[in-house]
Amino acid sequence: MTTTLTPVDREAEAPKGRVRGPKAARAGGTLHAGPVAYAILALFTIGSLFPLVWTAIAASRDNQRLAETPPPFWFGSNLMDNLEIAWQDANLGEAFLNTTIVAGISAVTIVVLSTIAGFAFAKLRFRGRNALMLIVIGTMMVPPQLSVIPLYMMVAELDWTDQLQAVILPSIVSAFGVFFMRQYLLQALPDELIEAARVDGASSWRVVWHIVFPAARPAMAVLGMLMFVQTWNDFLWPFLVLTQTGNPTVQVAVAGLGRGYTPDQSLIMAGALLGTLPLLLVFAIFGKQIVGGIMQGAVKG
Amino acid sequence: MTTGHDTAAAPPAKEGGAAPARPSAGAPVSDQERRRRARLSRRWQRDMRWSPYAFVSPFFLLFLAFGLFPLVYTGWASLHQVELTAPTDMNWVGLRNYTRIFDDDFFWNAARNTLTIGVISTVPQLLMALGLAHILNYKLRASTFYRVVMLAPYATSIAAASLVFVLLFGRDYGMINWALGAVGIDNIDWQNDKWPSQIAVSTIVIWRWTGYNALIYLAAMQAIPQDLYESAALDGANRWQQFLHVTLPSLRPTILFTVVVSTIGASQVFGEPLLFDANKGASGGSQHQFQTLGLYLYEQGWVNQHLGRASAIAWTMFLILIVIGIVNYVISRRLRASS
Repeated sequence: MTTTLTPVDREAEAPKGRVRGPKAARAGGTLHAGPVAYAILALFTIGSLFPLVWTAIAASRDNQRLAETPPPFWFGSNLMDNLEIAWQDANLGEAFLNTTIVAGISAVTIVVLSTIAGFAFAKLRFRGRNALMLIVIGTMMVPPQLSVIPLYMMVAELDWTDQLQAVILPSIVSAFGVFFMRQYLLQALPDELIEAARVDGASSWRVVWHIVFPAARPAMAVLGMLMFVQTWNDFLWPFLVLTQTGNPTVQVAVAGLGRGYTPDQSLIMAGALLGTLPLLLVFAIFGKQIVGGIMQGAVKG
Repeated sequence: MTTGHDTAAAPPAKEGGAAPARPSAGAPVSDQERRRRARLSRRWQRDMRWSPYAFVSPFFLLFLAFGLFPLVYTGWASLHQVELTAPTDMNWVGLRNYTRIFDDDFFWNAARNTLTIGVISTVPQLLMALGLAHILNYKLRASTFYRVVMLAPYATSIAAASLVFVLLFGRDYGMINWALGAVGIDNIDWQNDKWPSQIAVSTIVIWRWTGYNALIYLAAMQAIPQDLYESAALDGANRWQQFLHVTLPSLRPTILFTVVVSTIGASQVFGEPLLFDANKGASGGSQHQFQTLGLYLYEQGWVNQHLGRASAIAWTMFLILIVIGIVNYVISRRLRASS
């Protein structure tokens, strides 16, 4: 890029190269993992995946087989039947639609609001910036359970019980999102680009639209997926404001499968499998990007 | 790159740029032009000054509505008698909600359970995550595969995970007791005995969050400069000593961060014990053996319908967290001072 390096430039460049370096060369030289390391990793892989695989095994059996010793280790023939009954019993079709709406709206709103706020914190100078950023980080520490009671009272007062907006509204703000986008834009958006747009007379909103959004697109995608996963899996708040008969999300519907006097375990597992499958698919496809996103959000905590 | 210096100075130059036009002509056109530029410049300055606030205000407005206001209002409600059936009728009772829950054995039981479940879920979880991150930091075949696989539990919901573990921890036909039986250990009643049930609930938490924390540690490890290891190796430090004297100190802020986040998470544990209960009730087992503060809050507010008392529990939890936060801060300062 630069052909003539001033001494200052060279100094600025040097530590960068050192920090980046090849990933493989970390942890004291080029240490290859030995058999012990692979064994431990294999153990963790099995531990991570076994409950998921076993959910599918249990969902493919009938209830009697699950109440025998030893428990089944391999798939039976009832998978499709169980999935179908669970789908109908738990009203999962509606639940999927509801959850997609809730998670989709929340994720998109969080991403847009976080990007513009993150841009302001990363690149704009204004009075009170550091204090406000501290507040953002501080809010990450406030437990959500604390606000559940007044939120419930608000929702009850508005007559929004069992309505999707009751789930969506409290979840469209994320301090983590602001923090995440700020970290990304600090590195990914060169000041020169903004300055050049300024010289051309672009207003702040035009800068956001034409420069910040395109530059932030990869991080926006990752944040969107993370927030989608989080909202999809959210349990406490939907559990409080939605009933299983009203407008359940997938988690509320799946949790409801376990109730009743003699619950059919294979049906419960079929429901749990259905509730998890869409996200596991997302992970199978975008896993690498999501991992990268979590790791990116983690640095400089 | 090279133009960066010019552009930084450009805006003021542009404002001044209107000036040379005046002596050359002095015509009304130039006057108009000057006013136009002045107007543009004023607008530009207003934009520069206020748009940052416009960009951050949605977050803060929403945070006020759904974060700060509820927090304060919970404190206010905790000083009143409020019933779930009529949440707007509030009768001032002062601190009575607090004295009542402090006199309640179930509160102290829930507090103890929350503490023990928190410890037996957080400590092994973070230690394993640390070890796992260390291994992932080696040169590995298929390293992305392990990272994605370890994150799969994070993609699994509390509801689904809890229901699966209920079956795996079954007393008579569960997989775990069957495996223990194979090595000669008698059936353990994971749902009804105090310690086994708490270990089982913690297992669900550990399973879901270990991989996530490992990735956070791994990210921090990869930011440690290589030459720290090189100089440690020159000083004759072996791998373990390098981990102890280079990796761990560099990770201290990250470890502190995960400890704080996990502590908050542990104080909130709700879905796992709710769904682990065979009766799917809020009592945390027949003997309240794994009732957490989160469950106790739900029981008081939504089962017994005393929202005021539930608010008092919520605020007590908040105050405990603040104390833990302060202790964390003091410890980290001490650690920093001693190093």
